[in-house]
Amino acid sequence: MNSIATNFDAIKIDDTHDHAHEHHDSGGNTVFGFWLYLMTDCLLFASFFATYAVLFMNTAGGVSGKEIFELDFVAVETAALLLSSITFGFAMITAHAKKKSLTLLWLVVTFALGAVFIGMEVYEFHHLIEHGNGPQRSAFLTSFFSLVGLHGLHVTAGLIWMTVMMLEVSRRGLTSQTTTRLNCLSLFWHFLDVVWICVFTVVYLMGAM
Amino acid sequence: MSLLGKLTLDAIPFHEPILVGTFIAVVLAGLVVAGLITKYKKWGVIWNDWITSIDHKRLGVMYIIVALIMLLRGFSDAIMMRTQLAAATNGAAGYLPPEHYDQIFTAHGVIMIIFMAMPFMIGLMNIVLPLQIGARDVAFPFLNNLSFWLTAGGAILINVSLFVGEFAKTGWVAYPPLSELAYSPGVGVDYYIWALQISGLGTLLTGVNFLVTVFKMRAPGMTLMKMPIFTWTCTWANILIAASFPILTAVLAMLTLDRYLGFHFFTNAAGGNAMMYINLFWAWGHPEVYILILPAFGIFSEVVSTFAGKRLFGYKSMVYASGAISILGFIVWLHHFFTMGSSANVNAFFGVMTMVIAVPTGVKLFNWLFTIYRGRLRISTPILWTLGFMVTFTIGGMTGVLLAIPGADYVLHNSLFLIAHFHNTIIGGAVFGYLAGFVFWFPKAMGFKLDERWGKASFWCWLIGFIFAFVPLYVLGFLGMTRRLNHTDNPDWNIWLYIACGGAVIIMFGILSQLIQLFVSFKNRKALADTTGDPWNGHTLEWSTASPPQYYNFAKIPQVRDIDTWTDFKEQGKAYQTEQSYSPIHMPKNTPTGVLMGMSLTLFCFAMIWHIWWLAGLGFIAAITFFIKRCYCNDVDYYVQPDEITAIEQAHINQARAAQEASA
Amino acid sequence: MLIRNLCKLALAAMALTLSGCSGGILDPKGQIGIDEKNLIIIATVLMLLVVIPVIVMTLYFAWKYRDSRTDEIYAPKWAHSTKIETIVWIIPIIIVAVLGVITWQSTQDLDPYKPLEGKGEHLVVEVVSLNWKWLFIYPEQGIATVNELVFPANVPVQYKITSESTMNSFFIPQLGSQIYSMAGMETKLHLIANEAGSYDGFSANYSGAGFTGMEFKAIATQSEADFDTWVAQVKAEKTLLNKASYQTLAEPSEDHPVTYYGDVEPGLFHSIVMKYMQAHDDMDKPHQAMHQHSANQLHSEHEE
Repeated sequence: MNSIATNFDAIKIDDTHDHAHEHHDSGGNTVFGFWLYLMTDCLLFASFFATYAVLFMNTAGGVSGKEIFELDFVAVETAALLLSSITFGFAMITAHAKKKSLTLLWLVVTFALGAVFIGMEVYEFHHLIEHGNGPQRSAFLTSFFSLVGLHGLHVTAGLIWMTVMMLEVSRRGLTSQTTTRLNCLSLFWHFLDVVWICVFTVVYLMGAM
Repeated sequence: MSLLGKLTLDAIPFHEPILVGTFIAVVLAGLVVAGLITKYKKWGVIWNDWITSIDHKRLGVMYIIVALIMLLRGFSDAIMMRTQLAAATNGAAGYLPPEHYDQIFTAHGVIMIIFMAMPFMIGLMNIVLPLQIGARDVAFPFLNNLSFWLTAGGAILINVSLFVGEFAKTGWVAYPPLSELAYSPGVGVDYYIWALQISGLGTLLTGVNFLVTVFKMRAPGMTLMKMPIFTWTCTWANILIAASFPILTAVLAMLTLDRYLGFHFFTNAAGGNAMMYINLFWAWGHPEVYILILPAFGIFSEVVSTFAGKRLFGYKSMVYASGAISILGFIVWLHHFFTMGSSANVNAFFGVMTMVIAVPTGVKLFNWLFTIYRGRLRISTPILWTLGFMVTFTIGGMTGVLLAIPGADYVLHNSLFLIAHFHNTIIGGAVFGYLAGFVFWFPKAMGFKLDERWGKASFWCWLIGFIFAFVPLYVLGFLGMTRRLNHTDNPDWNIWLYIACGGAVIIMFGILSQLIQLFVSFKNRKALADTTGDPWNGHTLEWSTASPPQYYNFAKIPQVRDIDTWTDFKEQGKAYQTEQSYSPIHMPKNTPTGVLMGMSLTLFCFAMIWHIWWLAGLGFIAAITFFIKRCYCNDVDYYVQPDEITAIEQAHINQARAAQEASA
Repeated sequence: MLIRNLCKLALAAMALTLSGCSGGILDPKGQIGIDEKNLIIIATVLMLLVVIPVIVMTLYFAWKYRDSRTDEIYAPKWAHSTKIETIVWIIPIIIVAVLGVITWQSTQDLDPYKPLEGKGEHLVVEVVSLNWKWLFIYPEQGIATVNELVFPANVPVQYKITSESTMNSFFIPQLGSQIYSMAGMETKLHLIANEAGSYDGFSANYSGAGFTGMEFKAIATQSEADFDTWVAQVKAEKTLLNKASYQTLAEPSEDHPVTYYGDVEPGLFHSIVMKYMQAHDDMDKPHQAMHQHSANQLHSEHEE
């Protein structure tokens, strides 16, 4: 799914270019199309959320959320992601002001925060699997790993996309095409933030209670 | 771990004479086609003008070619099933053992819905929708090409399964736990998963693409309530695609994780819940049938109003009725499994909701009736399909409402009555619609009309065959015959099984007539040529272009004042006019990226099916690489210069005027 | 008047179809089946009230307004009439409203989970679908059979249904409703035979290669005494169905012959329902109970 998301994102970008010279609203088309894509992505997450809601009680004699969730750890993870949304906001402000190096700087900061988030998630997964609580253990763990993992894959895709965008900004500068692409990435990043807030609430907070 | 994963020579079904014969026939036919292409030196044309084309009209044609090929494949499955059941009565085993037969009915369902009906619908939408709204192309032309190749990739995979390995033996819904590794250890279900996943992705991208097109690229003056009705119904279908296909993606991904990594979404063990698959599957699957039927409703509306020489009756009702159907389509999925043991209140709620859908559908039927009322109905092939639809679909709708009553469904569920019902709606509704649209818009896409005589022959064979093939199934349902039986032993059933088999043969003649129709029409294409661009005295903008349309569609984007824009133009004397001067038109260039990405991802899926991990990685990385290359490629567009436009437009107008004078 | 004639016509057509049927759902032999058949007929007649006029109008309009009849009124711009549009919305709404009420009522009445009222004590049969055969356990009699179901006529039977592996649907068309059998879950069905006879039963949900052979005879005996005789006959079989012999039985087999078990280990059905919960040794009791609840009580949960 991750790859799909990435492909799609970039396809959108690509088409901006197709029309960029003539149709003045083509950037608008791209952003609107990307919005629609995000809505479909939202439904993808909704399906996994629904599945989690159905399966989270089915621990099959294994651990439950209460036993494995470490809220402090997840709170730090969440803070990193939320902060990265803010820093991406700064990146967009500077991008619109055509301040190339500042934009790059904020993107680097955002990337670092995103990487911290992913790093922590990988650590958490690794820790769980090491203690015999992998996704094969029970339906609860299956749905937990899938939901959180799906979000993680999206963030990873976002990080790869961000890397590409940093290269693009540094080489080509902040052209209108690049700015449209950054706009899409920004939408994507904030969307993942919102999804994570739902994950944090539904999975971790409600699970630990 | 072998270099080829699970793939060995044993996967090739040398021992199946039917498959070996089919394989030889396919190879021979392929060689003949390749030979002809080489002889006429058409490889360059096929690559440059078709495979790499991002022109929505050509992609539409290619979609329909895929749909027709898959129709033949799916129909072969159908006729094998019917002959097997006609042969295997009174306890006889027939000629298809379950091992083979179970793959056939699974493939038949998947192919007909995902690889025949969907591409046919999307093909017509591709050809017509941008023309109807006065746009030069879709919002994202390259994406459109990629969507096509993803769909084609899925179709390729399902056909490869015929000769390499096996297809799923689960029924087209692939319910777990049967589709789980424990009960389906072969690669069949994996073919199913990846073929659906890749084509589903293509469909989702198409849905988003066309939504942006419709919402952002309509000609000036065309408010939403001035959009042609076909565009409206396609838009509702696209909304349904965007809202339901992610659920399919999700549920297939979950089944994949279960099968590949030992997860427990739907397994019996470790707390998995198979009921969730069934719910999610139909949360996609039910809207899916409206995705198929709504554009067909739009086609009937266009055809009826055109051939009755009238405006469509109750346009607003039609739009709202389609919207109501789309929204209601999302809250009825549980009627596919009333027998799962939900409480009476839940079942009753979903039953009543399902019936409510009959209201907007009924309204549509009445509106078509009142469009004919006080019209001048030209009885041509498209109108025959429409009348055939109105009669058969009414019955299909009635049996549908009957199945929506839980108390009735408790005895009719999974019976041949159900099979008859959904074929009644899908053939009598969707397929008749697509075939009407095919005849209706064929001259627009190809420049010449289809032969009427063979078209009518095809219609009558289809209609009569349909009645003979499916009325017996209604009866068999009442007689208590359930679906997916491999053989029967009940003397009361025999006669109906024989009649149904005969009906399938008559449908076969219908399909043959269509092939002959294509051949005859192609031969007589000079005589059948449509030089006006408006062969049926049409109402909407697609008929204002040449047949086939100029590659840029519109030299100047028209200003719209009315739903029937083209009628309005003709009445105002604004039709067939040329401009003093044209501005240059910005056009995207064709690109091989779509086909390269599509085929890389198909390879990725094939490798995943056979657990050839290195090849899967290679295919995936290749797709990403092609794509990034495309992102940073600057040579993607060009301008059509005014003098070229003037020449093309002048030629079209002269030709159209000459044709009009000739007919007057 | 027209409506009454149409009703008569429809009923006549129905009767004609029916007379040709023996077996199947239009020849019911149990109360549930009879009610369901009547429901089908009433609903069909109601719908034909719209369906027939629409079909007739379609053909008539197409004939009347064909282009060669130039003497007919031609109104190319006429595309709206509030009166007609109101009527075409209201007619289907009325029909669907009536059908909706019938649906709501009949769904409550025919709820497969509802014991049959006023018919006396229910005989309990536990049904297990296996690949590819049916196991019937009689907990009160302590016997079990494969691919043969026997019960007295005019005595309501409660079926508790589960599956060993894949999903099937337990269905005896002439007695009425079917219900899915699903592993790790228990579904319920209540049926009665109004007259003695031998009825076809089978799985109505495809479950793999041997699915076609998943048939059984449902035999309603004339009297309870006949049933008791049959039970005694089964008890005379010295074969025991316990967890071990059940495992052997559960192995996939096709066209399994009728088999009797004279003795059944108590609680076997329960252990089949629960077996997927007990896969792990370090079982956490509260959770297990919770899951059983969510699986078994799917039905009542929805009700709340």
